[in-house]
Parts: sequence; C-alpha cells; structure tokens
Amino acid sequence: MSVVLDAARRRGRVPAALLIPAGLGLIFLVLPLAGLVVRAPWSTLPQRLTEPGALTALRLSVQTATLATVLCLLLGVPLAWLLARVEFPGRRLVRALVTVPLVLPPVVGGVALLLVFGRRGLLGGWLDATFGITLPFTTAGVVLAESFVAMPFLVIAVEGALRAADHRYEEAAATLGAGRWTTFTHVTLPLVAPGLAAGAVLCWARALGEFGATITFAGNYPGRTQTMPLAVYLALETDLESAIVLSLVLLIVSVGILAALRDRWITGP
Amino acid sequence: MTTPLLDARLVVDRDAFRLDVPLRVAPGEVVALLGPNGAGKTTALRALAGLQPLTAGHVTLDGVDLDRPASRGWIPTERRPIGVVFQDYLLFPHLSALDNVAFGPRRHGVDRRAARATARDWLGRVGLTGQAHRRPRQLSGGQAQRVALARALAVEPALLLLDEPLAALDARTRLDTRAELHRHLSAHPGATVLVTHDPLDALALADRLVIVEDGRVVQEGDGPSVTARPRTDYVARLVGLNLYRGRAEGHGVRVAPELSLTVADRLDGEAFVAFRPTAVALHPSRPDGSPRNTWAGTVAGVQRHGDNVRVQVDGPIGVAADVTPAAAAQLRLIPGQRVWVAVKATETHAYPATG
Repeated sequence: MSVVLDAARRRGRVPAALLIPAGLGLIFLVLPLAGLVVRAPWSTLPQRLTEPGALTALRLSVQTATLATVLCLLLGVPLAWLLARVEFPGRRLVRALVTVPLVLPPVVGGVALLLVFGRRGLLGGWLDATFGITLPFTTAGVVLAESFVAMPFLVIAVEGALRAADHRYEEAAATLGAGRWTTFTHVTLPLVAPGLAAGAVLCWARALGEFGATITFAGNYPGRTQTMPLAVYLALETDLESAIVLSLVLLIVSVGILAALRDRWITGP
Repeated sequence: MTTPLLDARLVVDRDAFRLDVPLRVAPGEVVALLGPNGAGKTTALRALAGLQPLTAGHVTLDGVDLDRPASRGWIPTERRPIGVVFQDYLLFPHLSALDNVAFGPRRHGVDRRAARATARDWLGRVGLTGQAHRRPRQLSGGQAQRVALARALAVEPALLLLDEPLAALDARTRLDTRAELHRHLSAHPGATVLVTHDPLDALALADRLVIVEDGRVVQEGDGPSVTARPRTDYVARLVGLNLYRGRAEGHGVRVAPELSLTVADRLDGEAFVAFRPTAVALHPSRPDGSPRNTWAGTVAGVQRHGDNVRVQVDGPIGVAADVTPAAAAQLRLIPGQRVWVAVKATETHAYPATG
C-alpha cells in the first residue's frame, strides 16, 4: 500500500475528479454484497442450507454448469481454433456472430432457443418425431440454455490465447512429422492450457449464474430445471431469508472462482 | 560433385520481392546460404521445409518431388524427411528435453519406449544426458541449441536445415557450440543447408558457400575461393577486402573514368580487382618511387580496427586503408584531410568478372 502511495506522491496528487468517482464506483459494487452478508440470517443458516430444496438446486446448478462447460469446450475450442488459425471468407462475420449471445438479453436467447428446439421449433419437431427427444423444460434444456449464453466467453478467451501463442511451435511440430490434429492435441492445446483453463472457469461461472435463458427455455421445475438463480428468484416472492441464504451461497461460489483466477487476472500489472 | 541428394530451384514471389535460388547439395555436404538480412535466406529455408510453398521451380529430395508447382506436386511439411533447427530453437516449453527429442521419433511411428531410448541416445551424443528431464526454460542458450539439434537429428532426416543456428548465443558459448556443431554436421550423412549472416559461422561449418543477395545467388564456391575472389561489395566487406569492378586490358583495369589500376595479373575484359586494406599506404603528398597506383583523395572517416586504424578515403574510388596508430598520428588524419593513396600492383589480385 505504501508503495502505491509513494508512487502517487512521486507522480503528483491523484486528482479528486478521478478519486471520488472511483471510490463511489467501488462502494457501488461492494455495498450490495455487504448488504447480503449483513442481512443473512446467520443463526438459522445451517438449517436453511440443509433444506432439501436448497441442496437440490445447488446440486442441479453445479451439474448443469459443469455439463454446459464440457459442451462449450467440445464445441467452443474447435471454433476458437478455426477463428484463430484458419483463413476463410466471412471469418469476421463468424466472429461477430459468436459474440452475439454476449450482448443479447438472455431472455431473448431463451425465446430463440424455444423457436428452434421447442416442440414445434425448427429442429425440435424433428428431434421429437425422429428420436423422441424433447429439450425444452428438461435438465438437458437447462444445459443447452446455459451453454448458449456461456460459450462466447470460452470462445473469446481461447481464441485470444491461441492468437497470443507463437504459431511457429506448430511449424516446428510439423517439421518433426506431426499432422495438424496431432499438433493440435500435443502442442497447441498444452501451449494454450492456461488460457483454456481461464476460459473454462469463466464459462462455468457464467453458466452457474444463468437465469433468463434458462427460465424461458427450461422453466422452473424444482429438481429438474430449477437452478440456484431460479430458486433465489422464487424464494424472493415467499421467503426473503431463504433468498438471502441462496444468494449468499452463489456469492461464495463466485468469489471462490475469482480467487482461483486471481493470479491470472486480478493481479494484473 | 556426386549426384545431388537435394536438387532445388527455389522461386518464391512475395509482394515486390522475388527469391530465385538454385541449390544442389550432395549427401554429407554442408551448404551455407550466406547473405545480409532480408536477402531471402530464411524464405529459402522455409520453402525447403514446406512452410512456404514455391511459386515456381522445384524441391527434389532423393529423387522425390517435395514441391513442384508446375505439376502440382506437393508433400506437406510433416511428411518430408527433414529436420529443422530454428533460430530461437522453438523447443516445446511444456515438454522436457527428452520428450522434445522423442517428439519426432514418436510422430514417425516409433513406440514411446523406443522413442525415448532414441532421444536419450541423441541427448548423450550432444552431451546433455544429465539435462534430459529439464524443461527448456531451465536450459542455458547453448544447451537449448544442442537439444534443438538433437531433436532435428533424432528423426534421421535426409535433409537437415538450420536457421541462424548460433545467432542466439553469446560470443563465448558461440565458439564452443560452433566447434561442436561442426562435428555433428560432419557426421550427418544427409544433406545439410544452413542459413546465416555470419561469415565466420559459414566458413567454419560449411563445405560450400552460396551467397544470396536480394533473392539471387551472387556467388558460390568453397570458403577459400569465395574469400579470395569476392564478387560483390557485400562479400568483399564480409572478408575485409577492397573490391572494384572494371574493364581490364593487360595489366591495367579501369575502375573509374579517371583511374586505371595496375595489377600483377594479366587479363582482358570485365574484371574484379581486390586488395587488403593493409596493402594501402597513405601519404601526405604525392609519393615518388615504386608504387604505380597512386591517386589523391579525402579522408572520410577514421576508426579503430583491431590494433590498427582504419581510414576511409573518398576519391575516384572509395578505399579502406589500415594504418598504424603512429602513422595515423603523423599524417594528422581527420575527416576532410587531403591524402595520397598508394597501392602496389603486387598487392592486388585481379580476376575475371564473368564465369
């Protein structure tokens, strides 16, 4: 801390015009979280945490977020590789399309998913008729909704890591007899492993907090599609303290992830 | 030359630049592509490796076309029998030295155990048995260079390619590594092409030099013939000679409209004249006596050069002269000073510019 102050002293006073909004910004971000901690019913916390509803929602959330992350890795990493390594016409357009779910309100994403995978949707009808697969209002639907919203985070992180990685290592692998697939699995992936891990964690965190697309596409059925954020929303209407406890659990999980990433992002230069 | 193992004509067009280099390398022969930065040496190496497709020409190795645009012949890098030592080595940072060397044999279908045995053997040959389990970032520059060499040789390539193999090393390491590299290159039964801008590396490592300037071969031959008879200013500078081109008639070579140099050799037609800076004498006034080649000039620059002082003199031809510090002090050599330049005919070397 003194180092920071010393540096500030050397370079002159920090202007109040920057310092005051910066402080307000910090308070604005931290105060609601502090409120959550202050208002939490600490005395009854253990009982509330072990209520079957809370645990079920937590388990479902962790399961679906993990499955969504796996799905995003399976589809998103090749997509990121394609965007970073292969020149093809319309690459800029593809990159823009990939980031659309980032700016799209998740509820709209949920509606769009319904239109495609719903019973009477473009693909949903065919899936239902051919394989008897129904996605909306199922746990698989939750995974799908979370993946839709979270995948851009993974693709962007991995593409960035791939671009930053020296592609000449891949050339070196080729001179040693490695084809493109072997090069990808034996050289490229290990090289971008840190970026891949960061992208996966970010993707998992986004999937864990997903609300809008999930409630629209998968509904809110306890035990089947009711994830933590949905449970919080529901609890808010009946039992504020329950909502606070559930929120606190989500908060702890989120902070845990930030702590895991702290070496990578939070302590930047 | 015996039947070449590598027979290539490397033509690559890139923007305004055109590389056009014919190259033939016999088995066991080491050829150095020597040239200034931007001459296209690295492009030539990448074309041989298949990392840069040819625009025209061909790369034929052991009778097999690796690249021949005219007949759409193309074998991708990973299926070429080559080994490459990159300038900054490009050792895979996530693998140990041993696994870096085993990477090639593994990709060539050798099972893990045998590949590791091969790798251990190669690390032994380059003297790094003790470093087998280190990661590349734990190796010194010289050690990394040797791992890179072992990795390239472990696949027993028909063609070994080295891009500035010693450029990343400090001066002391460079000497040791150069000697060791020479030993390994001599032992390599396949063809070797190395790219460098350092004439010492080229002379020490290669059997034959191919000088490339601006995408073309300007001179080639073994070390002694190239250093004795430079054909371009670049080569002359590399080997530290004054070089002029002119028209010869008997013992005279006209190197400037108002200056003809008298030379020991007798020849006619387009010719080069070369002489050492130490063969140039400087005088405060027109010298009398034996030297036949004298002209007046202006000192353009003075620098220390080893134990001597190197003086650049402008005039009908620019010339570098090495004089002793004592002589330099006596002549009061400062830029702008008028001096007389003298070169004995017996100190010059003249040779035809053609062929």
